[in-house]
Order: sequence, then C-alpha cells, then structure tokens
Amino acid sequence: MQVDVTLREGIADPAGATIERALPALGFTGVHRVRAGKTFLFAVEAPDEAAARAVAADLAARLLSNPVIEDARVREATA
Amino acid sequence: MRRVGVLVFPGSNCEHDVVRALGELDTPAELVWHSATDLSAYDGLVLPGGFAHGDYLRPGALARFSPVMASVADAAASGVPVLGICNGFQVLTEAGLLPGALQQNAGLTFISEPTALRVASTRSVLTRTTPVGTRLVIPINHFSGAYTCDDATYDELVAQDRIVLRYEDNPNGSRGDIAGIANAAGNVVGLMPHPERAMSTLLGSADGRELLASFVGSGVLVG
Repeated sequence: MQVDVTLREGIADPAGATIERALPALGFTGVHRVRAGKTFLFAVEAPDEAAARAVAADLAARLLSNPVIEDARVREATA
Repeated sequence: MRRVGVLVFPGSNCEHDVVRALGELDTPAELVWHSATDLSAYDGLVLPGGFAHGDYLRPGALARFSPVMASVADAAASGVPVLGICNGFQVLTEAGLLPGALQQNAGLTFISEPTALRVASTRSVLTRTTPVGTRLVIPINHFSGAYTCDDATYDELVAQDRIVLRYEDNPNGSRGDIAGIANAAGNVVGLMPHPERAMSTLLGSADGRELLASFVGSGVLVG
C-alpha cells in the first residue's frame, strides 16, 4: 500500500514555498502550487484488498499523519 | 510540589537541565523512563526538550505511543500539573492533551537564540504568579516551533484565555505569536521556550525561574 501525506489546504507549507521560489532560477517558469509531502510504502497481510485498505487507512490516520495539519491519501501500490 | 517526575524518552536531552533547575527551587525531581506506567509518586510532571524517538515521522508522533503517556493523560485529567517544554510541547499536542500542532519554522531554519516573550494569561500553573504583559527573555531552540491550529481552536484559546505566552517578535511563524498554551483547566501547559535554561543572570537570563517557581508552587487543580 502507499500513503501520501501532505499539509492540509490553508496550512503554511514552507518547504513547498521554498521549492517554488527556487524554480525560476532553474528555468521553470510555469510551475505553481508546489506542495511538499511524504510517501510511505508498506505491505499488509490481509484477506483482500478492502481489508488491506482499511488497515492502511487506520495506520495513516493514527500515526502516519497528524489530522490537525495534514491530509493522508491511501492507494494500492505494488512493492 | 513534593516530587516532580521528569519523563525521559529515547532522545530526550534537556532532562538533566530540568532536574537541576527544579532542584534550585528546592523541589526534588527525578528522571522517569518512558516505559514507566505508575506515576503516582509525583505531584508534578515535566516532558523535557530533545528529540523523542529521534523525532522520526513528526516531532512527538512516536513518543505519543510510549507506555508512560496513558498515565500522563490520567494524571492530567485528575489535575496534576503537567509541563511540556519544546519537544515536550510537541508530544503533548500529538497526544491530544493540548490542541493544535507545531510545524516547521516558517523560515525553515533551526533557531537557537534568546527570545522576548510577553505573559498573555495567568490562567495556568506556569504563569499564575506573573502579571499579564510581563516581558521575559527566554531561549528557544527548535526547528518545528510554529504553532498551528484551525480558526475554531484559535478562537476557543482566545475566548478561554488559554494563550499563556506570546512572542514579542515572532521568530518562527507561530499563529497569533503563540509561544505557549494551556488546557482549559490550566494544569497542562506547553511552551516552546526553555525556562530551565534561563535560571541565572550569569548565563543571560533568570526569567525562567519565576515560571518554574510558579509551576512547582501550584497544587493539584481539581476541576
């Protein structure tokens, strides 16, 4: 499974903002709304995909993200 | 206080400073490893600064699951004064004992310098004896100290007079210049500055002494 964690809309993202400010110097002129985040990859033992997703979603909500400032998205990924 | 427990997580690094500072205030304090579950010997608890569990994932994210934290929550609920300094503040927010979160400093730099603060509320075990508006100079030493919360939480903090310290010149992008907050009962307090490092004018400031003296002089707030 894969969990992507990014700062919630409206929460300051200093890393994303810093990357965006550096882009013009590298010649990237049309790139906007840069958000920095984290990706977690892991395998889940479960009877089916729905059960694996449920485990991943629980893990994402309770540990991998802080819901006060971050959003977590769960998707299937092959390791 | 008769005896203060200073919690030690793998990666804490300010615990000895806190024990020493409390000792100077004639308050016995001892180190408590994070696997402990019985905190009944203590009538005050401090979560010190450092990098609990390496600060991996997020500061405080893993410390929240240390065995001792359930007992800290019980103690906090029963009115025992609980103080989180720097990383300890981050742990208290991750554990849900204080609202909001501490995110990376706005400038993406680690800041280690004396900062000027103003006492904003006396409704806490840390600030109950220091008048509102008092200017204090106390060091900060952190990378993730920008206090963040949603509008509803901020309004509630203001309405309930729970913002206890504000920066005079916001160094890290904290919402509302917040340097420290309390829970609704006032017995749980978190702050990013290090009062235990401001105990002597010889070392730059003794302004932390008054705050810690307030803390050790506070009784159990039952409510």
